[in-house]
Amino acid sequence: MSGNGRETTTHSHSSGGDRGRDGEHGSPFAPHTPDETAAMLDAIGVEAQEELFDIPEAVAFERSLGIEPRSEREIGREVRGMLGRNDELVEFLGRGHYDAYVPALVDHLADRSEFLSSYTQYQPEVTQGFLQALFEYQSMLVELTGLAVANCSMYDAATALGEAATLARRVRETSGHRVLVPELLHGGRRAVLENYIAGTDAAVETYRHDDGNADLAALESQLDDDAVLVYAENPTVRGTIEEELAEIGALAGEHDALFCLGSDPVALSILAEPASVGADVAVGEASSLGLGASGGMGLGLLATREEYLRQVPGRLVGAGTDAAGRRAYTLTLQTREQHIRRERATSNICTNQAWLALRAAIHAAWLGPEGLCALAERCVTRPRDLAERLNTIEGCAAPVHDRHHFREFLVRTDRPAADVAADLEARGFAIHAVDETLVQVCITEANAAHVDDLAAAFEVVA
Amino acid sequence: MIYDQARWTRGASEKRDGNGDESEGESEEGGEGHGKGSVYEPLLAEKRSREVGVASSLPDDLTRDSLELPALAEPELARHYTRLSQTNYGVETGPFPLGSCTMKYNPAFTEDLAALPDAAIHPERSAASTQGTLELRYRLQEYLARIGGMDSVTLQPPAGAAGEFTGILIARAYHEHRGERRAEVVVPESAHGTNFASAALAGYEVVELPAGEDGRVDLDALDAAVGAETAALMLTNPNTLGLFERDIEAIADVVHDAGGLLYYDGANLNALLGRARPGDMGFDVMHYNVHKTFATPHGGGGPGAGPVGVVDDLAPFLPTPQVRAVEQDRREPDGGADGSGTEGSAGSTRYERFAPAHSIGKVHGYAGNWPVLVKAYAYIARLGDAGLRDASAKAVLNANYLASRIDYEIPYGPFHHEFVASAGDRDAADVARRMLDHGVHPPTTKWPEAVPEALMTEPTEVESRATLDQLAAAFDRVAAEDDAVLDAAPERTSAARIDQTDAARNPRLSWHALDE
Ligand SMILES: Cc1ncc(COP(=O)(O)O)c(C=O)c1O
Repeated sequence: MSGNGRETTTHSHSSGGDRGRDGEHGSPFAPHTPDETAAMLDAIGVEAQEELFDIPEAVAFERSLGIEPRSEREIGREVRGMLGRNDELVEFLGRGHYDAYVPALVDHLADRSEFLSSYTQYQPEVTQGFLQALFEYQSMLVELTGLAVANCSMYDAATALGEAATLARRVRETSGHRVLVPELLHGGRRAVLENYIAGTDAAVETYRHDDGNADLAALESQLDDDAVLVYAENPTVRGTIEEELAEIGALAGEHDALFCLGSDPVALSILAEPASVGADVAVGEASSLGLGASGGMGLGLLATREEYLRQVPGRLVGAGTDAAGRRAYTLTLQTREQHIRRERATSNICTNQAWLALRAAIHAAWLGPEGLCALAERCVTRPRDLAERLNTIEGCAAPVHDRHHFREFLVRTDRPAADVAADLEARGFAIHAVDETLVQVCITEANAAHVDDLAAAFEVVA
Repeated sequence: MIYDQARWTRGASEKRDGNGDESEGESEEGGEGHGKGSVYEPLLAEKRSREVGVASSLPDDLTRDSLELPALAEPELARHYTRLSQTNYGVETGPFPLGSCTMKYNPAFTEDLAALPDAAIHPERSAASTQGTLELRYRLQEYLARIGGMDSVTLQPPAGAAGEFTGILIARAYHEHRGERRAEVVVPESAHGTNFASAALAGYEVVELPAGEDGRVDLDALDAAVGAETAALMLTNPNTLGLFERDIEAIADVVHDAGGLLYYDGANLNALLGRARPGDMGFDVMHYNVHKTFATPHGGGGPGAGPVGVVDDLAPFLPTPQVRAVEQDRREPDGGADGSGTEGSAGSTRYERFAPAHSIGKVHGYAGNWPVLVKAYAYIARLGDAGLRDASAKAVLNANYLASRIDYEIPYGPFHHEFVASAGDRDAADVARRMLDHGVHPPTTKWPEAVPEALMTEPTEVESRATLDQLAAAFDRVAAEDDAVLDAAPERTSAARIDQTDAARNPRLSWHALDE
């Protein structure tokens, strides 16, 4: 541990009197000097730290874990080197996880340690700041969805969908066990949904699509009074915009099933409001704001009608009044939650994604209504233009679905899709191979500058 | 110490309308911001908001008509959020001894590593083009497996509760694979609420296990609770009173003899780092709470991560995908050089994703909270063996020292990284609120219920003797104060006591609801 410019000592950690600044000499994040440790042991009335442990010998671990402590600088080098083995590709990837240009202000404000290193707001008098930020986030989602109640986060879109299904089972007056989802649903979302209802007698079934939109006739023939939830997405995982959402909502309503609509805040800023097409619940990936590509980390959006308020999963921030008569914020309706209701709670969620909600809210506020709508409109025009362009390339047909698109679209390739994707990867681009003949391309402000290069590469490999 | 958290107030009507003109100006109270309707900081929407008509190239029937959102300039936003941050208490503000939450200092360098451009990748990139990410995941799986004494680890669950759900789904899949359907999960009455809720979400009936007089699992009660219907017993060790379950081997035998599995809730692992491992105690499946034990930030509620470790028998049921190393590298399998600092030694190894044979499927849309995992890796690497052992030593030392300095009854011991004091005939929440005025964050209150008016206190290793003395002084000053003072508390925080009952009775959950 030489060369890190920090004081080290030769005390061993087990002596109970060390002040190492590197892991080798004890935790660098424990401030105790040897003298302090000794005085504290003295105050307690024991000789050594080991005496404070009540671990039976039979289960004590006395070997080494084999984890070498490293200095901050060494770990920086190691992690940079390791992650440097990720190829530098321009990603045209989406299907539910989007790269976004996140303004610098978001990082700088959200990284303030008062936000980043704070806990869930169980002491509202010293956490008004975060509570207000979450209240503002909830309010923006209320505006975007048209639904009166938005919680302050689920883990991601997939778990939000799972929670919507359990919510549907709780609020539906009659029993019912069928959850109807589109055939075009991201595999991760589908798999998570299956697990969230695994504890019930509910089952997931799919309805067909017709050229990238819900096939209404198929959906209608599948609906009966045993359906508890109908789920649709706008845009769909293939980027198509659903044209008959209100009809889907009406069909669900006729059978007393809840209608759940999946979307994201950027899309919702110009597409139809969930409430206006009859949605009872809106879910989705709110990390389309405030977070760039991040290996799949998400921010689950969940909003619903006021009548289901007491069945909402997760945390809710409400406005109240303090003893000085001023408006103040607090976590509210906590009797829904696991720490009070235990096995009868509306969800098991405790730690959520609050800090990402803060980031999304700052990003939305930074864009303002014009900025957000303009960003969303570019999500409509850019894929339109790129699809048109790729369509002129021999061996490519795009868009595959004769629909409006948001951010992304399918290309049918004459060559096997996997080969096209692999050849593009060799040229520095990542796209999705969806099946044998379909690839998918997603365009956001993070990759828009590379569109010419992508088109040129398609010319070569298609 | 006496504390004044930043307090500025103004009238609610002191806001601007959509055109940016000052409206009414000062509030009725002359701008001092007292009385009903005044606020500490106006909402974004109260500062300035604007409604815009949606103009899109899409057909009208596919779009909304208009959108109304806050419309502030960047400097105004910077002030807004800076101001909000000033009314928020974090680990860097002062001591934060929330029991069971393990509020450690979050090392600054881990943030920088998680923010590296090379970490910012889409989860559906090919394995070939993301070897760095897969290697880091693999190494973290290995570290966690060693720390927990487990054979395999999934990094997918996004929080502790999600880890519990994953673990119980794994238990269920394991039993079903053996042709057994078991209906019950046994949970001690003092367990965290998520244990009950996660078991219920996985479809189990929850059997509550009463504690023995010493605050630990009572073997007779356990015998009575466990049987042919038992899928698993969920336990945390040290338990929520900070006590080590000394009979853990006997407990494991009872559960295993009945054909059940033993689940370890990793919330309290900070007490045992490098000193005892759940795998060695007989646990079959566990979650790690990286936002507690491994110092990743709590972020005002999240994101965290809740990796799950299992013994070999359960590995085929882990969520998909898992990451494995394909060409065997030159590292020694156990206890030897871990190949960490040296980039060259990893060069020959490839990493790939695979689906475990009988996988339960997925518990997160992708692969979990990846940036949080990068931070956890960096933290573990920084501490290493000796640092991890020292972290638990100092965490336990701090809890014992603090307990020895305060005038409160602590009915159960010997405790480890946390203790549960009793506020006696006072309301623990009142004591906690008054502690705020003395410049510290209070403990977790009213849980576990085994201690009346519980003050569950976990200082963690990051507090110095001086801050522990400051905490002790806060405890004791409050003990010496009159009921009337407690009733009025807190008085020096940015907001005064908040009427929770009224907030719940009359829920206003968005700025749209404020006018109603
Ligand atoms: C004992 C215990 N178990 C489980 C949990 C749940 O973990 P998480 O909040 O990460 O979901 C907590 C955390 O609050 C806890 O204290």
